Amino acid sequence: MGKLFAVTIIVIAIISAIPIVRHTWEAPEDISTNGALIDEQMAETMAEAGIAFLAAQLLLGLFVWQFSNRPSDAKLKNFPGGAKGLVIGAFLLVGLEVLALGVFGVKAWANAYLIPPAPNAMPIQVQAGQFAFYFRYPGPDGKFGPIHPDLINESTQNYFGLDTDHDPDSKDDIVTAELAIPVGKEIHLLMHSKDVGHSFFVRELRVQQDFVPGLDVSVHFTANKVGKYEIVCTQLCGLGHYNMKAYLEVMSQQDYEDWLKKEAAMQ
Amino acid sequence: MHDIAAPAVDHHAPPTSFIRKHVFSLDHKVIGKQYYGLALLAALIGMFLSWLMRIHLAWNSAAIPGLHLLSANGAPGDQMTPEYYLQLMTMHGTIMVFFVLTTAPFAAFGNFFLPIQVGAEDMPFPRFNMMSFWVTFCAFVALMTSFFVSDGPTLGGWTQYAPLNAVGPVGGPGQGWGVVLWMISIALFCIGQLLGSLNFITTTLDLRVKGMSLMRLPLSAWAWFITSCMGLTAFAVLMPACILCILDHVAGTSFFVPSNLVLNGQILPHSGGSTLLWQHLFWFFGHPEVYIAIVPGMGIVSHILMANLRKPLLSQRVILYCMGALAVLSYMVYGHHMFVSGMNPYSALAFSFPTLIITIPATIVVLIWLFSIYGSKLRINSASLFALGFVSMFVSGGVSGFFLAQPSLDIVLHGTYFVVGHFHMVMGVAAMFGIFAGTYFWAPKMFGRMMNEPLGKLHFWLSFVGTYCIFMPFHYLGLAGNVRRYSSFVDDYLQPLIPVHRFITVAALATGAAQLIFVYNLIHSRFWGKPATDNPWEATSLEWSTATPPPFDNFGGKHPVVYHDPFQYGVKSSVGDYVMQASPEQVATEHEEQ
Repeated sequence: MGKLFAVTIIVIAIISAIPIVRHTWEAPEDISTNGALIDEQMAETMAEAGIAFLAAQLLLGLFVWQFSNRPSDAKLKNFPGGAKGLVIGAFLLVGLEVLALGVFGVKAWANAYLIPPAPNAMPIQVQAGQFAFYFRYPGPDGKFGPIHPDLINESTQNYFGLDTDHDPDSKDDIVTAELAIPVGKEIHLLMHSKDVGHSFFVRELRVQQDFVPGLDVSVHFTANKVGKYEIVCTQLCGLGHYNMKAYLEVMSQQDYEDWLKKEAAMQ
Repeated sequence: MHDIAAPAVDHHAPPTSFIRKHVFSLDHKVIGKQYYGLALLAALIGMFLSWLMRIHLAWNSAAIPGLHLLSANGAPGDQMTPEYYLQLMTMHGTIMVFFVLTTAPFAAFGNFFLPIQVGAEDMPFPRFNMMSFWVTFCAFVALMTSFFVSDGPTLGGWTQYAPLNAVGPVGGPGQGWGVVLWMISIALFCIGQLLGSLNFITTTLDLRVKGMSLMRLPLSAWAWFITSCMGLTAFAVLMPACILCILDHVAGTSFFVPSNLVLNGQILPHSGGSTLLWQHLFWFFGHPEVYIAIVPGMGIVSHILMANLRKPLLSQRVILYCMGALAVLSYMVYGHHMFVSGMNPYSALAFSFPTLIITIPATIVVLIWLFSIYGSKLRINSASLFALGFVSMFVSGGVSGFFLAQPSLDIVLHGTYFVVGHFHMVMGVAAMFGIFAGTYFWAPKMFGRMMNEPLGKLHFWLSFVGTYCIFMPFHYLGLAGNVRRYSSFVDDYLQPLIPVHRFITVAALATGAAQLIFVYNLIHSRFWGKPATDNPWEATSLEWSTATPPPFDNFGGKHPVVYHDPFQYGVKSSVGDYVMQASPEQVATEHEEQ
């Protein structure tokens, strides 16, 4: 039965690796300027984790095959080098490799989070609420009017609680249900939650960030491929969580300007 | 070092009444069995809930016959609503993490075997020990009660993130009484674990019998001791967090709710709270909790492997130091659950590197297990198969930790099924395999009867292959960006992934059904199994020196004296290839720890 265990574990290990090697299921093509670094980091980590996984399972299988149910007079022996060799090996090989991996990965994180957005990045606000995203563009004045929570009213479509009668900055704000951005332009996305925790996740952009109720946070990114992509919520926010989605449309500069004009006219 | 003071054992008379014997028992062995029974019940309920969830995910519009009996509101016409899915999911996670993975390997086996393994008559505070079980039982009842309140249990997930956990009924079904009952349940559970941890620590430090130096403790005893040290600090943080959340519900406080939140068109009457505060408190508990679930398994598996390899592990001490390192590191890494939570992005790096460093002790432990098999005379039985399965699962679940330890990769993997695959494998299935290995190994001592080996092996094969079929594909789904905690998959990009979910559901139903073989085996063997001898596995530690099942005072009025380390296998003695810890026999080929 030890041999059966060995065969089973080796077969499981190989079958488990096949979809990874064949890229059967993986992230969609990257459309952001920072995504390549993340993808590279993912590939390197996959290679290291994959080798560790396969090596450990194969060794387990081989050792169980060879040393299970031996006759009672068989001679016991210890692995040459003993524990000391394994500890040194683990420190040198696994420890250094994994730490090096962590160090290389810092760059992708730094690009997304530690380096501030460029001064000319385009600000767009996104508000998450049970169970929809809304987006706000500052209009020609470049300024967002303040949010008045007491004025938020879905039935009058005042999703952000704007007071256009009294706040001059709000007058030209453009509120939309989809996020349209020009290709190649850095976006500074200002994130506000109306109610509970939500998250903003676009797989193709390699961007995911939680909304923090009571604390406005932001992310910045640049999309470099025109197309329409799904924005989904990844933070459990209530019964409609599964259905909380919006679309990101990456457009040419001209299409974007036309779209914005059209949306402004509809306000 | 090998001789320590005379044992300070606690004396209390054997019980005479039925209630003292079987219900409010002070005997650590009865309490251990009570914990085991509670964990078994909880595991069956948790597994049943996962079946319902999996069926709903795979065939979203299918009616599940009879489901309306469980909740008329949650399943009108036997059709599961999105909120009921989330409620079942929350209960599945809570039941499994707290009442199975913490209760069985730590509280159940630890209670039964820690005092015996150190040579004590009982734990030092038997009344605290009894309270710890009954408080835990009340916690379970409180949690189950939430199924029967008007809008059902909470839907907020086992992590109960703020402010959804504190806004009250306006947050959705179950967010009123459901949350309050959840918080009461978990606060009670924390009290039970704190009482248990105090007993475990004092038992290990104060009640060791003559000759039982710390370094002569079996690795299982060390694992329970290390786990209780973690439990003492981790549960002490979760309990006040739960109390603060209850106050947000019933006393109008705002610990976790900031101002100006608008729900259902109304501004909530809260101000000044912090939602991230909950995450910090929860994960300061939550990450050590992962190790509270798995470290006992590591100890149990080391203990069982050694007895079946018929030789010592390459190093007992290295495993011990690695378990200690994992325990210390567990407090320094909790922020890796919060990389994209909105906390300071520099702190992500501070939490990332200790997380990566965890790879080192974890790798060393795996290498010691693997290379200890080399040159051994491995006995294949149900217990050793599950122990080997544990090693395999621990590796499979562990390597996905490489990914999640890195904030840059967490950007794309956070909140996806990759995380679900990772923690189910490393903390769920691996720990379950540790529980199964422990059960097949120790049931003879606990109940006085052997479990059925062919059924045990069948249970292993179905569980081993089945769990890989369930949890490996979770990783693939996560790589493709499949978000977790969705009651149905409506997004366009999720449509091609639904067949994978169907495969997982079929595997989950089959693997779950295989667990019924285990339940049958356990119950049947308990009453009709072959009577067990005192030491059926030819093992060395003190639990095998006493009668089967052990008498009320564990050693029949005698205090054993320990002469050897617990790893004296592969030696030549008068009884065979091992020498028991309590045997005064001196053997020429005794192993020395390197």
